[in-house]
Amino acid sequence: MKHFKKIAALLLSAMMLLTVAGCSTTGTTGAGTANADFKVGVIHIGDPADGSGYSYAHDLGIVAMQEELKLADSQVIRKINVDDSDAAATRTAIEECIEEGCTLIYGTSWGYMDTMEQMAAEYPDVMFSHGTGYKSNGTNFNNYFGRIYQARYLSGIAAGLKTTSNKIGYVAAMDVTNSEVTGGINAFAMGVESVNPNAKVYVKVTNSWFSPDLEKQAAEALLDLGCDVIAQHCDTTAPQLAAQARGAFGVGYNSDMTKDAPQAHLTAPVWNWGVYYTMTAKAVMEGTWDAANYFGGMDDGLVDISPLSDNCAPGTAEAIEAARAKIMDGSFKVFEGELYDNAGNKVCEAGQVISDADITGAMNWYYRNVIAE
Amino acid sequence: MKRSGEPLIRVAKKTELSGGRLALFSLLGLCIAIFVGGLFILTLGKNPFAVYQSIFMGAFRSPLAFQGTIKIAIPLLISSLAITLAFKMKFWNIGAEGQIIMGGIFASYFALFHDGLPHFLLLLIMLIAGMIGGGLWGLIPAFFKSRFGTNETLFTLMLNYIALYLIKYLTEGPWRDPASSGFPKIATFTANAQLDKILGIHAGWVIALILVVFVFVYLKYTKQGYEITVVGESENTARYAGMNVSKIVMRTMFLSGAICGIAGMTQASGAAYTLSEGIAGGVGFTAIIVAWLSRLNPFLAVIFTLFLSVLQKGSSVMQSAFGLSTYVSDVLEGIILFVILGVDFFTQYKLIFRGAQKHD
Repeated sequence: MKHFKKIAALLLSAMMLLTVAGCSTTGTTGAGTANADFKVGVIHIGDPADGSGYSYAHDLGIVAMQEELKLADSQVIRKINVDDSDAAATRTAIEECIEEGCTLIYGTSWGYMDTMEQMAAEYPDVMFSHGTGYKSNGTNFNNYFGRIYQARYLSGIAAGLKTTSNKIGYVAAMDVTNSEVTGGINAFAMGVESVNPNAKVYVKVTNSWFSPDLEKQAAEALLDLGCDVIAQHCDTTAPQLAAQARGAFGVGYNSDMTKDAPQAHLTAPVWNWGVYYTMTAKAVMEGTWDAANYFGGMDDGLVDISPLSDNCAPGTAEAIEAARAKIMDGSFKVFEGELYDNAGNKVCEAGQVISDADITGAMNWYYRNVIAE
Repeated sequence: MKRSGEPLIRVAKKTELSGGRLALFSLLGLCIAIFVGGLFILTLGKNPFAVYQSIFMGAFRSPLAFQGTIKIAIPLLISSLAITLAFKMKFWNIGAEGQIIMGGIFASYFALFHDGLPHFLLLLIMLIAGMIGGGLWGLIPAFFKSRFGTNETLFTLMLNYIALYLIKYLTEGPWRDPASSGFPKIATFTANAQLDKILGIHAGWVIALILVVFVFVYLKYTKQGYEITVVGESENTARYAGMNVSKIVMRTMFLSGAICGIAGMTQASGAAYTLSEGIAGGVGFTAIIVAWLSRLNPFLAVIFTLFLSVLQKGSSVMQSAFGLSTYVSDVLEGIILFVILGVDFFTQYKLIFRGAQKHD
């Protein structure tokens, strides 16, 4: 019994000594620049280390911003795998960024929106920028998003030219009531139709933004239907891998997935978030940020498609280039009338253009060549 | 081959250890756990002392950090008390997660649709509704066990998923925030339905501490508490003594679920200000570890809850400070818990190898 006490006492005192020693070695000094105090926080729903997909794409943008503004690694605080359906966890993650001294916090997932709105009121000196949502307060809380539908239209051209069965699958995270997803499907389907009027787009919904298993299952169900190109609006590479396993082709999302599925991937609509992150972080650092909402497009360089792979059909590059030129010079807006939904209703009159707010916030119909059970 | 049916290794219970000796073993277990965790950190090429320091500082470095730690502790402590009641009766309730969720759902109903009530009346109604929701979710498996002899471990586990899908249904259907333009989410509670803060932290911590005393007194000094212990020791003894076992099982599980329901209410109205799928977030399972480590003692549960909360809160800070993956902090937490539980096992049990014995 006695020697137990001794051992325990020894161990404890050894630990305390070493902890104290540890204390004295930390506390490294800043980079010595004028902006050494400036810190940016990022809340990720996934882990950028996955190397593909949503969080990876956002983090590429953060890294680009960091390099452009010459920030040290210690000036960027990343909270990863923060569940956006857990408001308490979201709040803790943001509080930790504030504790570290962040004066600008990016929340990259939709579900962080309400918590960020509340905390923006509680911390007026901290700037909150929330991606993909719709709320803002005009002083220290804005939202940012973009016209990814332009890129989806171009990727639809690649799919429409590639398909031989004239059946194209689309793995969708959310159903028709979610206008962000639905608007994307419609833009893609219009791109398909522009080069291949006979092709149909088959939609399967996973009801989850991030679920490798469900995305794989949905892709396989579409392949079983006879689809030979699989597009997606969900966060992982699972649909592309499923297409490759069956010898089919695919259109990814968020980041260039050619490296993940080299035999299948054609191109992917991608976000270059660095454009926005660099612009806003610079403004906050210089004290000039006005918290205006941001909705960028292909002309800003915020959205684009990844380089076409060798899997693309001949003539794809030319067809996409022609459409891209019309989008860039503003002569083509994608959602221009006349447009019909898949029940035969006219949803946009000739000569009219559907507004960005409606495309991302109020589009609850599928375009006429879309089939969803 | 003439062998008796003796297995290679047998597990046998040791004689009870004294309280002081138990505490020493726990301390020793903690030291070994921290040491093994340190080896893991070393293999990642980081300095274990700096990492542990960052964990400790992450939990205590500022009032905000300390409040964050306590906010993690509140639902954990409340649900471990709930589990303590059930486990004392040897009713293996691993459905705390579902009972928390049901408490949250029942409480949220009043927060969302009756938030015009006077503030304290509304919170009181939400608290009672939470208790009823959680309590009913605990009562169902107890009823089926006493009536049909169903397995409570599986039953309570499965009810967790039903509760979770119920939230999904409400979020996407009837309770969807009408102002969310089609996105599935439930509205944020108005200020009137939010739990007040006491010393900067939502009042759940006061409720949790009251429950600690309540559960301790209930188990130790009341007739019902005594009945729980007897049923836990031997149902036959309880029957022989004239106790109504199924009534005791159902009553206790209602109480256990009701306490979980309180955790659901305080999480929704004090921490999240809304109802979402992450409301329980695994707390109902972690609480089992707390109840087990504290040997079903409510006061020890406070200590182990604090330890786990510091570890969890600090690990989150450590993750971003060192640029590590959250999986690293999960593994570290796992290693530490595993070693502590392992040491705990060997303080209560010993291994007897085949052939090597017969000295006592």
